[in-house]
Amino acid sequence: MPGPTGPITGILGLSTEVIGIWLAALLTLAIYSFLYGDNPVYKVAEHIFVGISAAYGAALTYHLVIIRRLFDPLFRPDLAQPPLDVPKLSLIIPGLLGLLIFSRFIPRYDWLSRWPIAFIMGLYAGLSIPRTIQTNILKQMQATIAPVLPVDAGGQYLFFSGFENLLLIVGVVCTLAYFYFSLPHRGVMGGLSRVGIWFLMIGFGAGFGNTVMARISLLIGRIQFLLYEWLPTIGIHLGSGPGAG
Amino acid sequence: MWEKLLYFDRRIIFVLIALVVIIPFLTEWRASHGQITPSTQNLYNEIESLEPGTPVMLVFDYGPSGMPELHPMATALAHHILSRDLRLLGLAIVITGPSLCYDAVAPVAEELNKVEGVDWVNLGWVAGFVVPITQMGEDIKRTYPTDFQGRPTDQLEVMAGIRDYQDIGLIIDLAAGNAPGAWIAYAHDPYKVKLAAGITAVMATDYYVYLQTGQLCGLLNGLKGAAEYEHLIGKKGFGFLGMSSQSVAHLVIILFVIIGNIGYFTGRRRRQGSE
Repeated sequence: MPGPTGPITGILGLSTEVIGIWLAALLTLAIYSFLYGDNPVYKVAEHIFVGISAAYGAALTYHLVIIRRLFDPLFRPDLAQPPLDVPKLSLIIPGLLGLLIFSRFIPRYDWLSRWPIAFIMGLYAGLSIPRTIQTNILKQMQATIAPVLPVDAGGQYLFFSGFENLLLIVGVVCTLAYFYFSLPHRGVMGGLSRVGIWFLMIGFGAGFGNTVMARISLLIGRIQFLLYEWLPTIGIHLGSGPGAG
Repeated sequence: MWEKLLYFDRRIIFVLIALVVIIPFLTEWRASHGQITPSTQNLYNEIESLEPGTPVMLVFDYGPSGMPELHPMATALAHHILSRDLRLLGLAIVITGPSLCYDAVAPVAEELNKVEGVDWVNLGWVAGFVVPITQMGEDIKRTYPTDFQGRPTDQLEVMAGIRDYQDIGLIIDLAAGNAPGAWIAYAHDPYKVKLAAGITAVMATDYYVYLQTGQLCGLLNGLKGAAEYEHLIGKKGFGFLGMSSQSVAHLVIILFVIIGNIGYFTGRRRRQGSE
């Protein structure tokens, strides 16, 4: 049963927490060894990561979905929490559809796996198409139609809001012009698309800057772990950690 | 000379970056988080404006790889939510989320004497990604009939009076993938529930457009967003600690970008001159 982690004691005199910290530290160093060059230690760590990720997902899905949502309500109704309040058929049909996925392993009947796949595709297409259009196209278009001469309640012209809105409109039009290939990029179209390239470059620059920040943050996270969790297990305590200052 | 810099061993860069990240932790020097970003301030104000007892959903849509940036946010947000006596509903549509929910919320709840099941709950994970988000628009307890430990949600005090999104004051999605897009499309837009997000920096440029449209009422961007939020609640944690290394590492990378460009243009001029 998944739940919060509590204090667990000893293997060979070491708490499982300390063993876990050491494992994590060694695997961290093994992964970073790739920076020197590809090596077997890195490969081992990589394969352990992939294996554990897959196993964690499978185990949690088994307990939370197969057992708790399907098996218990159907076969152990006294254990089911909460008790099943819908006809059993509403669980049997999806359960059988799910089982049909495994027909992929039997070449003679593998065509049966198309039914659940078709159901999943139909469900997600039906859910996502209208919502994607509404959220990512219509709402964004609506937000682009902004006044370039905005005024506040007192009739005062809001210069910076107006400039921001103008910049937004120019950026959208010029970037769209760059991606419009039915007209040659000469004359006015050429000028618009060149401005569009500048907007794209600024966008890529912002994206790159954020990517650098994200990647450095990952390194910081591991360094923090090594300094504030691993080193204390060998008696080295650094000064002001979280909560200080 | 400049041109040679383009070809030196990149492992030197790795060592330099490692050093500039490690050294600030060994000193007492701490960099500022800079000016508070309006999107961070908006999220803080949004939580401040909620009446005590209002349910707030804190969604853990990330795994261990997103922890360095998102876990400090989660801890700071949990602290803010629980210290204001709001009800915290932790949940996930990404399978790795529930364990991280315990990891972030349980210590904060213990510190503030908040009880699981009464003041906060970990609802766990439900399969289907967008399906549970859509279902919760009709009935949250039906979507999450039990919490992560298997206790029926309709018997939990923290869930009393909650039926659907209309009873939720704010949803905050902490994500390292495309989950905020799903929450916008399937929760905010159809049900008009207030939504904010905490995201890894690499995703930031994709999500600023949703601030522009008002689909997100607040946004925390990476480690900087976490540090800003820790400053706002007056509780310095890993976000604040990491900003010193972040600042120095950025300066070093900017320096390398400048050196690389000088090397490139110097080399190009020389090549053009020799042709």
